[in-house]
Amino acid sequence: MAPLVTVEDLHVDFDTPTGRVAAVRGISFTVDRGECVAVVGESGSGKSVTARTLVGLAGPGARIRAARLDLAGEDVRTHRARDWRRVRGRLAGLVLQDALVSLDPLRTVGAEVGEVLTTHGIVGRRERAGRVAHLLDLVHLPEPERRARQYPHQLSGGLRQRALIASAIAGEPALLIADEPTTALDVTVQAQILRLLAERRAAGVSLLLISHDLAVVAQVADRVLVMRDGRVVENGPTDRLLRAPEHPYTRQLLAAVPSASSRGRRLAATPPVAGARVALPARVEVRPADRVLDARGLTKRYGEHTVVRDVTFSVGRGETLGLVGESGSGKSTVARIVAGLLDPEAGTVSFEGTPWSAVRERTRRPMRRRLQLISQDPLSSFDPRYTVGQVIGENLDPDVDRRDRRPHVVDLLRRVGLGPDLLDRHPRQLSGGQRQRVAIARAIAPRPSLIICDEPVSALDVSVQAQVLDLLAELRAADGTALLFISHDLGVVHHLSDRVLVMHDGTVVEQGPVGDVFTHPRHDYTRSLLDALPTLVAAGRPQEERP
Amino acid sequence: MRALRAVARRIGAGLLVLWVAATAAYLALLAAPGDTVDNIIGDGADTPDIRAEIIAQWGLDRPAVVQYVDYLVRLVNGDLGRSYLLQRPVSDVIGEQLLPTLALAVAAAGLGVLLALVIAVATAGNRRPWLRRLSSGTELLLVSTPSFLIGLLLLSVLSFRFRFFPVSGDQGAGALVLPAVTLALPIAGLLAQVLRDGLDRAIDQPFVLTARSRGVRERGVLLRHALRHALLPAVSLAGWVFGIVIGGTVIVEQVFGRPGLGQVILSAVANQDMPVVLAVVTLSAAGYVVVNTAADLAYLLVDPRLRRS
Repeated sequence: MAPLVTVEDLHVDFDTPTGRVAAVRGISFTVDRGECVAVVGESGSGKSVTARTLVGLAGPGARIRAARLDLAGEDVRTHRARDWRRVRGRLAGLVLQDALVSLDPLRTVGAEVGEVLTTHGIVGRRERAGRVAHLLDLVHLPEPERRARQYPHQLSGGLRQRALIASAIAGEPALLIADEPTTALDVTVQAQILRLLAERRAAGVSLLLISHDLAVVAQVADRVLVMRDGRVVENGPTDRLLRAPEHPYTRQLLAAVPSASSRGRRLAATPPVAGARVALPARVEVRPADRVLDARGLTKRYGEHTVVRDVTFSVGRGETLGLVGESGSGKSTVARIVAGLLDPEAGTVSFEGTPWSAVRERTRRPMRRRLQLISQDPLSSFDPRYTVGQVIGENLDPDVDRRDRRPHVVDLLRRVGLGPDLLDRHPRQLSGGQRQRVAIARAIAPRPSLIICDEPVSALDVSVQAQVLDLLAELRAADGTALLFISHDLGVVHHLSDRVLVMHDGTVVEQGPVGDVFTHPRHDYTRSLLDALPTLVAAGRPQEERP
Repeated sequence: MRALRAVARRIGAGLLVLWVAATAAYLALLAAPGDTVDNIIGDGADTPDIRAEIIAQWGLDRPAVVQYVDYLVRLVNGDLGRSYLLQRPVSDVIGEQLLPTLALAVAAAGLGVLLALVIAVATAGNRRPWLRRLSSGTELLLVSTPSFLIGLLLLSVLSFRFRFFPVSGDQGAGALVLPAVTLALPIAGLLAQVLRDGLDRAIDQPFVLTARSRGVRERGVLLRHALRHALLPAVSLAGWVFGIVIGGTVIVEQVFGRPGLGQVILSAVANQDMPVVLAVVTLSAAGYVVVNTAADLAYLLVDPRLRRS
């Protein structure tokens, strides 16, 4: 039987005011009936454009050329708007990232799911509500009738994503295209959504899965296409591709995934063979007994809701403490309390041996330079009118002479791997990775003893994430700075941290050396987190231990 | 309980606005040049006896504060006072002229909103670039042209030249067309721009991509999805529309020789007919409060995220 999708020599160009940009440069692939094919690549690799081209939604100004572009036996190259409408929802369903913005926030979940039914005249008005409930039940949304009457914002991220999938499968399409379907989700929810997609596939639906995360696609994909700069660099069965990657870029992607086995080693350097890694510089001695930060019994309430309950921990000089937990676990609230931005209802924080909580800001201010912050979205933490030089220079020691400031900033830029040519640029003109490097340069400028890193690499591509993690590890080794490293990514935390703190529903459920906690979890919640973690082991990488 | 308190706060704020408006109007008229007794006498006989009688009849010899409090108390009881000029209750004067003005205002606002919706939906996105350029140019022209000029142009072409519509007066629905169009055009111009901007922003959102991926027609995408998002910023302009309509009717009624409040307001201001001016100001303020409260409620209707369970 012919494949469901046949793509041969597909080119997609975009006409922009500055000229034509090639997004996809001649790729070929097929998706068989009932098969799951994953397209993996970093931002700008052309993977999303490829997916959207298959439903005629590549976007305005897109110019598409292909030797073949067949969908269920139809040549779609000559399709006009009316033909595409017949394809969309009926032949191919599309699931996008983050259902909060991918479902219309002003319409009920039921209206969104039912829209496909009405558009294609699948069921009559009277059967519609029943069919919607059936579809919501199919994606395991509890209480489907009640949920159908709710709005997207009233559902949790995982339930929203389920509803979005229900709307994509409502027209019973033979192909389901999922573009980063789990990216904004917590790991346990991600595991549920992946299971749901696998279930649809078992029911006979073909899956085209688009993701930046190799570990995620390894769970469900039969075949993986690795894309870079609009081309497919490697294409093969998932097992083979993960075990014996042929292309250096695939090897680089695999090596960039932080995990237990990557501890003390570089992530960004391309290994000569799969599995081998380059060592990081040795660190200065960690002294857990010499406490930089001491938090005792922290409690914070919002109204009747206790978001942080009796949290106690400390960070030693030069130590890296990982803080993991899912959204709503209270980890960001802890970060804000520790940073002295939020006062706890109960409990105390002391920093460098002096009281840090429940003191006036005036008392805290001289010490502020010793404690720095790096956030997930550095751009919003920069003054949009400042240049890179001003952003970093602002945080220099006030004693530094005016004439010496510029060389100081240049030196800091060099330390984070950026050239002096960026000095007069504005942060918005930089890439995501460069921005995070600027944020790090600003944080290390006053030579702090502690840096709070709140999801510092969560918004970055895996190879950029690898570079930033390497950079943090280098700086930590050189300066002996302690890190409070907050992340939902257990692999990242395992790679970088000495000790780890697991938070759930506002309380610390487990803490200890990272190796102990992650290999012998004592608490059920930690265990469920680890079980939900998509790892490359599952797809057969025996040389990688579980993080 | 929380909802009740919110409503109570809203009403309280509305009453405060009304009081401030009534007081400001009172003070403004008090400070205006001219003597009240002169205004009441007008062209009539002017003797010291008559003057004394008027002062006694209207209570003008009482201290200003007492007069002000008296005015407020009567206002609260719904008594708008008597017109100095016409020697009749203000509520009668306004009541007679309210209907034609209301008809014009409602027709103009309705037509303006309808035009704006049609124009915005027809020109949103980048489907017909030439139409889009044409309409946004026209909108700019309409917004920046004074309404009396639009009215005169419409009159000279459609009434004097082609005799489609009556030149003036208030005979039947035909006479309402030109004044309503005159007032509606600037409203449509600005609202269309706001709506189109909202539509353009909405159709760039991921949920629109999702809707398209379901096979929904472009019209369905605009009407079912994008339009509600575009309505949110437009709803906040409801107060502005009310202001344009109230201010505009005064001018448009003059241009088209229509009966209505415009005539009443002009003569009352020119003759310092204090009770009538005060009544008009207070009523306008009340209208504003009502329209803005309605806009706040409309927000809740359009955007479920603002509703608290």
